Amino acid sequence: MDFTFDDQQLAFRDAIRKFLVVEAAPEMLRGIWETTKTGRSAELRSKLADQGLTALSVPEAFGGIGLGATDWVMVQQELGYHGIPDSLVDTAFLAVWLLNQLPASVELKRAWLPRIAEGRARVAIGHPINPLVADAEAADLLLLWHDDEIHAVPPSQATLRINPSIDLSRRLYHVDWTPSAETRIGTAAIGAPLWQGLIDQAGLAVSAQLLGLAHRMLDLGVDYAAQRKQFGKPIGSMQAVKHHMADVAVKVEFAEPVVYRAADALDSGHALRAVHVSHARLAAGEAARLAARKSIQVHGAMGYTWEADLQMFMKRAWALDATWGDRKYHKRRIDQHILADAAPLGPQHTFI
Amino acid sequence: MRLAYTEKQKAFRAEVRAWMADHVPAAPLPSFDTEAGFAAHREWERTLNRNAFSAVTWPKHLGGRGLDLIEWLIFEEEYWAAGAPLRVNQNGVFLLAPTLMEYGTDEQKARFLPRMAAGDDIWAQGWSEPGAGSDMAAIRSKAVRDGDHYVINGQKTWSTRAVWADWLFGLFRTEPESQRHHGLTFVLLPLNLPGITIRPIQQLNGLPGFAEIFFDNVRVPVENRLGGEGEGWKICMATAGFERGLMLRSPARFQQTARQLVDLYRANRESADADPAIRDAVLKSWMDAEAYALATYRTASRLAKGGQIGAEASTNKIFWSELDLLMHETAMSILGARAELMAHAPDAGDIGHWLDGFLFAQAGPIYAGTNEIQRNIIAERMLGLPRA
Repeated sequence: MDFTFDDQQLAFRDAIRKFLVVEAAPEMLRGIWETTKTGRSAELRSKLADQGLTALSVPEAFGGIGLGATDWVMVQQELGYHGIPDSLVDTAFLAVWLLNQLPASVELKRAWLPRIAEGRARVAIGHPINPLVADAEAADLLLLWHDDEIHAVPPSQATLRINPSIDLSRRLYHVDWTPSAETRIGTAAIGAPLWQGLIDQAGLAVSAQLLGLAHRMLDLGVDYAAQRKQFGKPIGSMQAVKHHMADVAVKVEFAEPVVYRAADALDSGHALRAVHVSHARLAAGEAARLAARKSIQVHGAMGYTWEADLQMFMKRAWALDATWGDRKYHKRRIDQHILADAAPLGPQHTFI
Repeated sequence: MRLAYTEKQKAFRAEVRAWMADHVPAAPLPSFDTEAGFAAHREWERTLNRNAFSAVTWPKHLGGRGLDLIEWLIFEEEYWAAGAPLRVNQNGVFLLAPTLMEYGTDEQKARFLPRMAAGDDIWAQGWSEPGAGSDMAAIRSKAVRDGDHYVINGQKTWSTRAVWADWLFGLFRTEPESQRHHGLTFVLLPLNLPGITIRPIQQLNGLPGFAEIFFDNVRVPVENRLGGEGEGWKICMATAGFERGLMLRSPARFQQTARQLVDLYRANRESADADPAIRDAVLKSWMDAEAYALATYRTASRLAKGGQIGAEASTNKIFWSELDLLMHETAMSILGARAELMAHAPDAGDIGHWLDGFLFAQAGPIYAGTNEIQRNIIAERMLGLPRA
């Protein structure tokens, strides 16, 4: 039993953190949104690939590093913390997972995994749990659900309609396309468990990003409260303001291990991984929503403006909180677990 | 990260489970805030000690088993799942003992710890005073040096279990002119010394769970001092860290309550389901009890690798005390009009313990440093916000 990350994982996280501080500062994120049609920067993507992120979970046989969810989770947290406007997670974590699970005979796997690893391909995923497909226009390949089948569709064969989101960095598309024998790469029998499993993989990625976002909003609130003076002293010296921030710190502190446990459950194929992921979603979502609420309060009217950085992280959190399954969905999965006859509950069942 | 138990850990779990099945009293013991209940709980401490189960993390020569914190968590899980009694000596075992391990001399450890493990000495805490609750730097009770003794005068209050306890650990001012957290000294003393008067205070449940303690020229040998003279604050802060953090409130206890709450909800599903807020609260209770356990495993793993307890002890204290309130308030909602029944009410059946727990949960955000003080600590020491 060891609930800590190893030195290599921590060093990797630190390297990514240093990289993002320099290469993805908030002013740069604003620049990308305001000047590009897709909201995505090829330059940033290529730098992320240089860090090894696009190759992280591609198997070594396909030119990747072959790591799992536990290696990803802190990276996803950092991507959330820095508000990275990129479909990196969808491509390098989710699409790679889905492609990996396909039978070895699927030609597409050999064609796309190495390109993803090198950072030369973006993949967007259309899952029935989400009403729209994120990043479809920037994608080189669309992996789409149709009656539990898996279809691979070139963007040129689809008609896209963008739907603006409260989060400027989210690019959501309605996708019109026609399923055919040529586009089908997995039957319903193969697809059904994979589409289901994808919810758990995505749930972890969303949870970890929400956790990072919560942490960022906490830091922004603390920084603002320490600098902003009213009545002749920093507002952060006032107990009411302190307590807002302390409440967020408590929520973050107790959401984090839940998210990490979910990562471990995915890697180990734990029987309760779906429950653990839903728990992570709810805990991280609660932390992020509270962080947004408290941080905007501490920012005062500044927090309600376009110019304060808080808005970018707040909007991302609101948007992510309901993607890949909303709160109702994840609560229901936990309900079904704890209310089942002979459910393994109580002190003897933390990990078993 | 490896979130699975080793074979050795599994074997230990099996050993504890089997022993608990054989030894946990079939019927709940009476409250340890009654004289008979206190005696019955002392007997349970002795039973535990016969298998070196009283304090499993202590070194073997002091009455423990020399186990690590993960094994301690496993022990606690089996302990609470088996429905074993509350520990009447928790102040001693979980608060004073870790402090003694860190700051006590070898003589002091050998003198106090084995008797504590055996239930021969049950300890009470002497920190709060009428003018010093969470603000312990306002302590005024004096211990004035007179040769090889301290002469103690003053008053302590809210001293849990002190009515029938054998010993007291507390903070006293050894420099009469000192201010705030300077000049305080940590002293251990038997409660039967001449000059000590104990006045019970009834808690919400009507039982004398607290006491006021009056000191009138009480003479305590200097060798009963823990740490150096004037170092009391530093030592007491370490103790407070144990109290808010890991040891006193093992997560297993909350997981057991959460499990019981789920059972209560299932048994009363028809009425409870009429209010979706109840279902939500049950769900959240279960999740938060799990989260608390996970956070504790994480801290234990970190400590095993040489880490130290920091300000996150304060996040713990807020989290478990609010969780305890949530669980018991939810149980009260599910029970509806039956919730007001005292445990001994003839028609209470087996639901009365929820009221006891509800009353006890009210104290959680207050003792061990109020939650408001914990929030200040988090804001200032963890987040770096400026002091007022």
